[in-house]
Amino acid sequence: MSSFTNESSSGSNGSLAIARLIDRIFFGLTCAFAVFIAVILLWITAQLFQAAYPAIAQFGLGFITTARWNPVEDIYGALPQIYGTIVSSIIALLLAVPLGVGVAVFLSEDFLPAKIRTPIAFVIELLAAVPSVVYGLWGIFVLVPFIRPFLNVIHQTLGWIPIFSTAPDIRGMVQAGIVLGIMISPIIIAISRDALVSLPPQLRQGSLALGATRWETILKVLLPAALSGIIGAVMLALGRALGETMAAAMLIGNAPRISASVFDPASTIASLIANQFAEASGLQVSSLLYAGLILMLLTLAVNVLAEVIITRFQQIE
Amino acid sequence: MTVSNTQPNPSSAATSEVVISTEKVNIFYGAFHAVRDVYMDIARNQVTAFIGPSGCGKSTLLRCFNRLNDLIPSARVDGRIMFEGTDLYNKQTDPVEVRRRIGMVFQKPNPFPKSIYDNIAFGARINGFKGNMDELVERSLKRAALWDEVKDKLKQSGLSLSGGQQQRLCIARAIAIQPEVILMDEPCSALDPISTLRVEDLMHELKQQFTIIIVTHNMQQASRVADMTAFFNAEAAEGGGRFGYLVEYDRTQNIFNAPQQKSTQDYVSGRFG
Ligand SMILES: Nc1ncnc2c1ncn2[C@@H]1O[C@H](COP(=O)(O)OP(=O)(O)O)[C@@H](O)[C@H]1O
Ligand SMILES: [Mg+2]
Repeated sequence: MSSFTNESSSGSNGSLAIARLIDRIFFGLTCAFAVFIAVILLWITAQLFQAAYPAIAQFGLGFITTARWNPVEDIYGALPQIYGTIVSSIIALLLAVPLGVGVAVFLSEDFLPAKIRTPIAFVIELLAAVPSVVYGLWGIFVLVPFIRPFLNVIHQTLGWIPIFSTAPDIRGMVQAGIVLGIMISPIIIAISRDALVSLPPQLRQGSLALGATRWETILKVLLPAALSGIIGAVMLALGRALGETMAAAMLIGNAPRISASVFDPASTIASLIANQFAEASGLQVSSLLYAGLILMLLTLAVNVLAEVIITRFQQIE
Repeated sequence: MTVSNTQPNPSSAATSEVVISTEKVNIFYGAFHAVRDVYMDIARNQVTAFIGPSGCGKSTLLRCFNRLNDLIPSARVDGRIMFEGTDLYNKQTDPVEVRRRIGMVFQKPNPFPKSIYDNIAFGARINGFKGNMDELVERSLKRAALWDEVKDKLKQSGLSLSGGQQQRLCIARAIAIQPEVILMDEPCSALDPISTLRVEDLMHELKQQFTIIIVTHNMQQASRVADMTAFFNAEAAEGGGRFGYLVEYDRTQNIFNAPQQKSTQDYVSGRFG
């Protein structure tokens, strides 16, 4: 593997042999860990599939397209939860992407002296570590009561548009989406800022030397150059929003229905599982696990998509 | 090495029109006095070379000509730098406008991570170019002697090119916005000898239309490409540290064959301690 570095770094024959041995052991260990992770992933997937199998056999793909969740008759379909998961995550992204990328730009430029900038960046990274149940409580008791009047104004003025057609309560898709968006912003900020800060300074100089303004440089040179990192950040954040359980369960309202109005309560896959798993049995458990499998595939699809987008952009680089 | 460094050199560049003229320019990084009392006139459509040992402030002075020192918070410029009758460091002078008219090529090639085409088009777009972009890209690449090598892969990344090609791409990018002056800070130091010769040939071409100021470590290069040569040196300051200053500025053949100052003689003949 890296025998060249060994030769140059060790003088005598004996230490060379030892270095080679260590090299080989290390190589073996990393291989073992890598395989271990892959095996665990496959194992989880297989177990999930197996446990969900009764529901898969019973409902097939119809599970994804039907909107019934009826433990009494043992008929299950997770369409409303899939819908609620996707809609609340999209709302979260609509908030978190501009907010996160904007703050990342702000913190990577010298708008503020470094003395203030560094602590702010640090605090934001701490925000990523706040437990989601705390975000959920904060959403219910502080944030949503605060923004509800604004949401009401939107409903009153734009209520003729179906997506704003109902009056906002404390719980709903927008309400959950906003809290999720704030929750995932620190991830986007931290990773995007790293991507921006690690760009070579020559890029900025080259752009400014062509007579570009600071904003032209940011928007047309720096952000595109950091795009693969930013997309990675967004996808990671989206993954967290899709799978978020606690904050979503507290704010989405857990209503198993599909409503056009984004102010209406809904349900997500993760909140469905969290709410029902303890009391479920038989086919209901399988169905919950089937829904979990779908969530896993959804997250996987997001990650694959991210990978595709990033390689597409790297081809240009 | 007791050389009077405050002497203006009025004879230099007297033969042609002056584009940039510095008057008692002093440059500081915080408390550090990097460059002291530079007086010089840069002539239009000529190649002016800055030579001298490392750390004597050549890059520092060059970066003043397009206000790129503005990016370094500690940098401060005293004195006057006149460009076409305007004071570059006047409060009313817009650095963005200055950089549009005075382009720059850097030591390390720094193409944008965009396609070859967009590398050229970027500067034109932000400067509100309304003409035919394909034509501009082709013309700029041709003048930078790069067209034949890249004409079939304009959509490929600028970073996919070799170092020498990247540097010519950066030159093409600089000339695409039609500046009046092009500053080059050791443009060949990262290039192989063949690429270096190509860039040097290019400079002879480009000076028909642009004024070129080039910093170089390579004295042969200065003697090959430059009409005028300025020799800078650094000297220990009283309070410790070293400050750079302009020793001698003259026609290139005079600097290399009949320098007035002993330190210039020592430097160009390679006897430099
Ligand atoms: N950004 C900076 N901050 C502080 N000092 C600097 C900076 N850039 C250059 N200097 C100092 O200014 C002096 C001149 O540097 P420079 O202009 O790069 O020299 P040259 O290009 O002739 O090698 C050197 O002593 C260098 O250490
Ligand atoms: Mg230099």
